[in-house]
This record gives sequence, C-alpha cells and structure tokens, in this order.
Amino acid sequence: MSASKLTKKLGSLIMTALLLGPAMAFADYSTLNMTESVSKIGQDMYDLHMLVFWICTVAGILVFGVIFWSIIFHRKSKGAKPAPFHENTTVEVIWTSIPLIILVAIAVPSTKTLLEYEDTTNSDLTIKATGWQWKWEYDYIDDKVGDSKGIHFFSSLSKDANEARQLGANKELPEHYLLDVDKRIVVPVGKKVRILTTAADVIHAWWVPELAIKRDAIPGFINESWFKAEKEGVYRGQCAELCGKDHGFMPIVVEVKSVEDYKQWASAEKGAAAQAAAAAAAASGKTYTMAELMAKGKEVYDANCLACHQAEGQGGGPFPALKASPVATTGPVSTHIDIITKGKGIMPPFGAQLSALDVAAVTTYERNAWGNNTGDVVQPSQVK
Amino acid sequence: MSDHAPTGIKRWLFTTNHKDIGTLYLWFSFIMLLTGGAMAMVIRAELLYPGVQVVDPNFFNMMTTMHGLIMVFGAIMPAMVGLANWLIPMMIGAPDMALPRMNNWSFWILPGAAILLVAPMFIGGDFLAGQGPAFGWTFYEPLSGQYGNLAFFVFAVHLLGFSSIMGSINIIATILNMRAPGMTLMKMPMFVWTWLITAFLLIAVMPVLAGVVTMMLTDKYFGTSFFDAAGGGDPVMFQHIFWFFGHPEVYIMILPAFGVVSQIIPTFSRKKLFGYASMVYATAAIAFLSFIVWAHHMFTVGMPVAGELYFMYATVMIAVPTAVKVFNWTATMWKGALTFEIPMLWSIAFVFLFTIGGFTGLMLGLAPVDFQYHDTYFVVAHFHYVLVTGALFGIIAAFYYWVPKWTGNMYPPLLSKIHFWVSLVSVNVLFFPQHFVGLAGMPRRIPDYAVQFADWNYWSSIGGFVFGLSQILFLYIIIKTIKGGEKATDQVWESAEGLEWTVASPAPYHTFATPPEVK
Repeated sequence: MSASKLTKKLGSLIMTALLLGPAMAFADYSTLNMTESVSKIGQDMYDLHMLVFWICTVAGILVFGVIFWSIIFHRKSKGAKPAPFHENTTVEVIWTSIPLIILVAIAVPSTKTLLEYEDTTNSDLTIKATGWQWKWEYDYIDDKVGDSKGIHFFSSLSKDANEARQLGANKELPEHYLLDVDKRIVVPVGKKVRILTTAADVIHAWWVPELAIKRDAIPGFINESWFKAEKEGVYRGQCAELCGKDHGFMPIVVEVKSVEDYKQWASAEKGAAAQAAAAAAAASGKTYTMAELMAKGKEVYDANCLACHQAEGQGGGPFPALKASPVATTGPVSTHIDIITKGKGIMPPFGAQLSALDVAAVTTYERNAWGNNTGDVVQPSQVK
Repeated sequence: MSDHAPTGIKRWLFTTNHKDIGTLYLWFSFIMLLTGGAMAMVIRAELLYPGVQVVDPNFFNMMTTMHGLIMVFGAIMPAMVGLANWLIPMMIGAPDMALPRMNNWSFWILPGAAILLVAPMFIGGDFLAGQGPAFGWTFYEPLSGQYGNLAFFVFAVHLLGFSSIMGSINIIATILNMRAPGMTLMKMPMFVWTWLITAFLLIAVMPVLAGVVTMMLTDKYFGTSFFDAAGGGDPVMFQHIFWFFGHPEVYIMILPAFGVVSQIIPTFSRKKLFGYASMVYATAAIAFLSFIVWAHHMFTVGMPVAGELYFMYATVMIAVPTAVKVFNWTATMWKGALTFEIPMLWSIAFVFLFTIGGFTGLMLGLAPVDFQYHDTYFVVAHFHYVLVTGALFGIIAAFYYWVPKWTGNMYPPLLSKIHFWVSLVSVNVLFFPQHFVGLAGMPRRIPDYAVQFADWNYWSSIGGFVFGLSQILFLYIIIKTIKGGEKATDQVWESAEGLEWTVASPAPYHTFATPPEVK
C-alpha cells in the first residue's frame, strides 16, 4: 500500500465524517466523569477526585473571574488608565500561602487513602496475572474461601471482537466490543482479592476501573495489589501500558459471584481442567488425519498467529510472511516447531500456552495453507 | 556597514549570525510541526470511529510514537531555541551570541538528527509497513528493545542532545557575559531569565537522556542487561532514568513560554509586570522542583509506599510557584489599560488554558487517584493542554509579537484574527473531551476503543482536523507577512519596553555593535 493510498483513505474518511456526523452513535454523552467503583477504597478515590475537582473549579472561577473582569472593564477602549502598581509583598505572601494550605488539606485524605490502598495483607484469595503479548494468563495460587488453588488458564480477546477489529473488516461491532474475553476470571463478592502481576515479555498493566485497581505487570518482578468488590457483577478493563502492536486488544474481565457460586465455579473448573489434561495426554499419543489437523490448526492460527502474520500468511511490517517462507516450507519441521514454542526475536514463545496438539495442528496448517502445500503432517508426538 | 555575508544557500549553511540562525531554527520547527501534525491527523482519523478503518495497529503505534518525538524534539524545543537566538542578544544589548560558530553547528546537527529519526519509517521503501519506532515517545524497555532498528533512534537522540547542550552553553555564556553595561541580572527581561534557567535544566538532563539511550544500545547490541531482569537488570530502572530526564524536559518546553507571555501581557496591559522578582524566584523554584518529582510518572510501577508518599508531596508542591505565576499575570492585567492585539489574544488564551492543564496536573499528582488516571486519555488531555495551549500557544504569541521586528511588516490583521479564533475553538473541541473519555476509562495509545467512547472521540477528531487545517492558514500568514504588509514602526507596540524595540524594524543584520547604556 502506498502513501498516496493512505492519503486517499484519510480524505474519504474525513469527508464521510463531516457529512454523516457521529452516525455510529452507540453510546451517549454521559460518559463524563470517573467511573464509580464497587469497592470501598475505589469510592474513596472517587471522592478524593471529586474533592480536588471542586477545589480546582472554585480556584478557576476566582482566577478566571478576575481576568474576565479586567478584560471587560479595564480596556483601553473604555478609557481605562493603567494603575502604577507592580509589586506588593503582602499580597505575594498571601497568595503563596493560600495554595500551600489547600495542598496540605488535600494531602491528608490522599495519604490516608494511599496507605490503605497499599496494604495488601490479610487477603482471602490470591491470583497471579501474567501479561503476554497480547493476552493474560491467570493462576489461582492461594484460596481461603473455596478450593480454587491450581486453576490456570489464558484469557484473550473474544473471538467475535477479534474478527471485527481487523483492519478494514467493516463488521458490525459485537456487544462489549474490545472489553470481552474468551474466559473470565471469577472471584467471590466481599472478599479481599490480592492480584500479583508480572509479565512474560514486556511491561503490561492490569486495570479494571470499577474495581479501582491498576498495577504494572513487569517481566522479572512481581507486584501486588488488591480489590474487594462489594457487589456481584461483571467488571471490564484493559491493559493500560503500551505493550506493542495489540496493546489495545487484551481486555480483562472479572466476574464477581456470591461465595456459594464461586465455590461451585472453582470445583467445576478444576473438574474440567482434569478432563482436559487427560484428553491432552491421550491426544499427544494419538495419530490425526491431515483434515483434522488443518481444521484445528486454522482455529489455533486465527486465535494466536493471525494478528501479526495476517489472514493469508502474508505478514507485514516487522512481522515476516509465512506464505512461501523457508521456515514453513522447505525448512525442517523441528525448527518450525521450535520457533512456535520458544519464540524468536519479537515473537513471544507459545510453548506454555498451546498444547502439543495445538502446536502440531498449527504447524501442519502453516505448512499446507496459502499454497505452501508441503504435504507435511505433524503429529502431537513430534512436539516435545 | 557592509555585512560581508555570502548569499544564497551558503548564507544559510555557513551563517554565524544569530538572526539567521534563529530564522533557521524557527523554519525547521515549523516544518516539524506540520510533519508531526500530519501524523496526529492519521491518529485522529483512525480514532474517528470505533473499529479499525485506516491503518493497522502497528502503524498506529508508530504514528503516536513519531508524533510525540517529532513534536517534543523537533517542533517545540527548536522553536524555543530559535526565539532565544533571535531575541536574547537584542534583549540584552549584545551584538550576537557568545559562540557564533558553535551556534551554526548546534543548528545544523538538527536536520541530520531528524533524518535519522524518521529514516527507519522508509526502510524497504514501504512507508505503510510501519518499520519505524512504534514503542511510544517514552520508549520504555523492554518493549523498545524488541525493535529491530533501535540504533537509528539511539543515534538520533544522541545528536539531538549534542545540539541542545551546545545551544544551552551558548545561551548561558551569552547571558552571563554579554549583557549591556548597566543591565544587572535583576533587570533582565523575563524571557531572558526563563531561558537562562531552561538552559541549565537542559545541560543537566540531556546527558542523562544520552546515557539511558546508550544503555539501551548496549543492551540490544553488546550483551549488557541494564534493563533485562533475566540478566540481573531492572526494567523499572529505565523509567527512573528516563523520567529523571523527562520531567525537567516538560519544564524545558514550558518555561520559555512563561517568559514570552511575561513580555506580552505587560505591553498590552500598559503596566509593568507584577511581581518581577517573585516571577524570577518562582521560575527558579519550578526548575528546582522539576528534578525531584520524576517518579510521579510511575505511581503504578509498584514503588514502596514511602516513595509514593514522597513523590506525591513533592509533586503537588509545584502547584505553589505555578499558582504564583498565574496570579502575577492576573495582577498585571488588573487595572491596566488593555488592548487585544493578536499576541495578547494568544497570551490570554495561554493563561486560561495552561491553568486548566495545571489543575489536571495537580489532580494527577495525587497518587491514590492517579491509579485511576494513569495511562488514560485524561493524561493525554492534561499534557496537550500544557504543551499545545501552553508551549505552542506561547510560541505562536511570540511569533505575532516579534514578527514586525523580524520582518518590518505587520501581520495581516483579519486573517490573524481568524487564525486565533478558529484555533482557540478547535483546540478545545479537540482536547477537552479527552478528559471525559479518559475518566470514563479509555486507555491512551490504543488504535481502537470500546463503543461507549465513540461520541467524544468523534468530536475530538473533528476538532483535531480543524485545528490542523488552521495551522495551514498560519503558514500562509507567515509567508504573507515576510513578503509584505503594513510597515511596522521601530517601537511597533505602543508601550512595549526593552532594547529590541530601540533598533530599526526590520532589525538590521547586525545590532548593538556598540553596547547600549541601560539605566
């Protein structure tokens, strides 16, 4: 695509916008203020925000009022004569002290809220959130409420949003566009949930506005933070630290359930995980047909690889093409599998996220789709 | 007096004249403003509607990155140096800058740095492939370390640093050594004071920036691990070092603008600047505080609570000297005899809108609430209020104020008025709604957003397109004023004070060959 094509695209988009206006008005204009929180400390933050907002508003009205008064009444065209004064120590001392006093007054509640926010002790449940380019991985590592310890899964942008957000897709945007995931984390209501954040590649940040929690996820370090939701519901957030190409497409969804429902969810989840593990173990020894692997491979590719390597394997920019690339055609299968599981350069390792069957399937798919046609069939047993 | 100056391209390549070099800086920064502005248009076009319509996310990230870098290092900073070059010698009664050859060199490094900075975007001849830096203007590690062409970026920053440091040394040497007899430090115009302080800030922090990019370079190409936890390094240390540069950097961009409006407001209020001494002390206090507050950009990285408390208290303290400045400008206008020529209009807009940016700065300084604001559009709105309606408005005000002295011609009055009013309205339509979407939960640096942010983003984009277009009008006004217009008198403005108004309009190629006497 050439730069002139971009110019054309921009031109037509701007013309449409000017003619049609905000035609896609899904929303309303009521999204003006900070999201109110369902946690007590979040409400404290909100109150502090409103306090400073009103202080600034009053200060603004006073100062701007004086300036407007001068603009209206002290005009030369109205015959105003300039007064000779240009300094006054008393006035200077007064208007240095007043802001100082106000700041001390604001510092008191700020300090109180901050100390409370940073107190992560006595948590009821601990979940580790690991940021990946571009999804979240969750580990339930400690639980005093139910039996969730050991639950582990990845959570990515929901499939329909992922399809709708491709460049030029022009699809109808699904409900909760960009704020929905394929698997939510579930926590109990009224319990102190400690979130440990870390990352596998670059810095991410775990943010859910309604739970008033935002903490950076830094590779090699573990940060801790917490929330306590006072109300059941589904709360949505996003990664808040630029983490590369798909930074805008790794949402966070937290479902807050009653303690009873949460316990049920945990045991169901663990049962399902055990079944999946058994299935995966069985699958790794099984031999699949080309058609089975291709179908599964496309699914895995679309969810994990398509964002960078594109729908036709053509790549783009810093992301190499797979179509007709030596790695996916003439090169050895083992190198191909290694790159998928261990990553390469800017590409994150997928070994921890994909099962042996997933890797075998996507390798088969990449070696046979888009005219690569190597005829190679890779079985899960080939994936270590 | 004969100038013995070469003509044509050689005049500009080899010039050691502060006025020529000032002009070069100003044109360079204007070209960069339009370049960075064009990138902002791409950003706003993509954000016009939800969904990804115009560019892919990687290209979008490259646009936000290059927009930020170009505006900070290419547009705002060089414009301020251009103003310093033109004005400081004339304001202090010096014949030129103290180190004229170095002055030439500090400018001519800049185009090379700019080329190195933008070159990676054109690797392989495919602009839309998005091969340029796409890691944000703050280039946080480890993300920036993933980028293939990092060396281009690192060397571009090194060159920018050389240029800034040499420029600053020159400004300090000029101000401290070349003032006309009788001009004591406390008689210097405010613009000179703000630049003296800014130059010290630059000398202090540009080496820190050079250091941090060099560490990135050795991490990437020579096997060190300053910022890689796997090798015993710390990615957060990158942020500490970066913001130790980055926070003074924002004052580097705004202090000279404070100086500009402190010149303009007294002229059109027909009153002396209120509280000159307290203005000087407030500027120095802001500069000092700027060194000890850097980690307020990093409240969410997980610092110890004692660190968070300290950086919160130190940060909100900046509100005190800043408030003093705003009060002083207000008191200068109070009981004056105001007229509203174009430079005054931009300066009054500066005071209003910069103050709004100051208020949101205070809000962002409070650590517990910053956990909600951090990395959202609320931050984007905040720093565009201080840098666009602050620093850029200051530069534009300076242009209208001194252009009669530079060219000997008055600006076209009607067009200039249109330029002001269209810019004023559109810049607020552009940036004010960004407060709303930020508070409502829209993160910054995303190419696409959830639909509840759609309406305000639409209006922000419309404001952006109009604001962008109105700067094309500005280009026309600049060219028209250079080419002709109503002739300016030497005094230009009825009650302007200062040595620059004692020389002819346009200012002769050499001024103050014999120093004036300041009483």
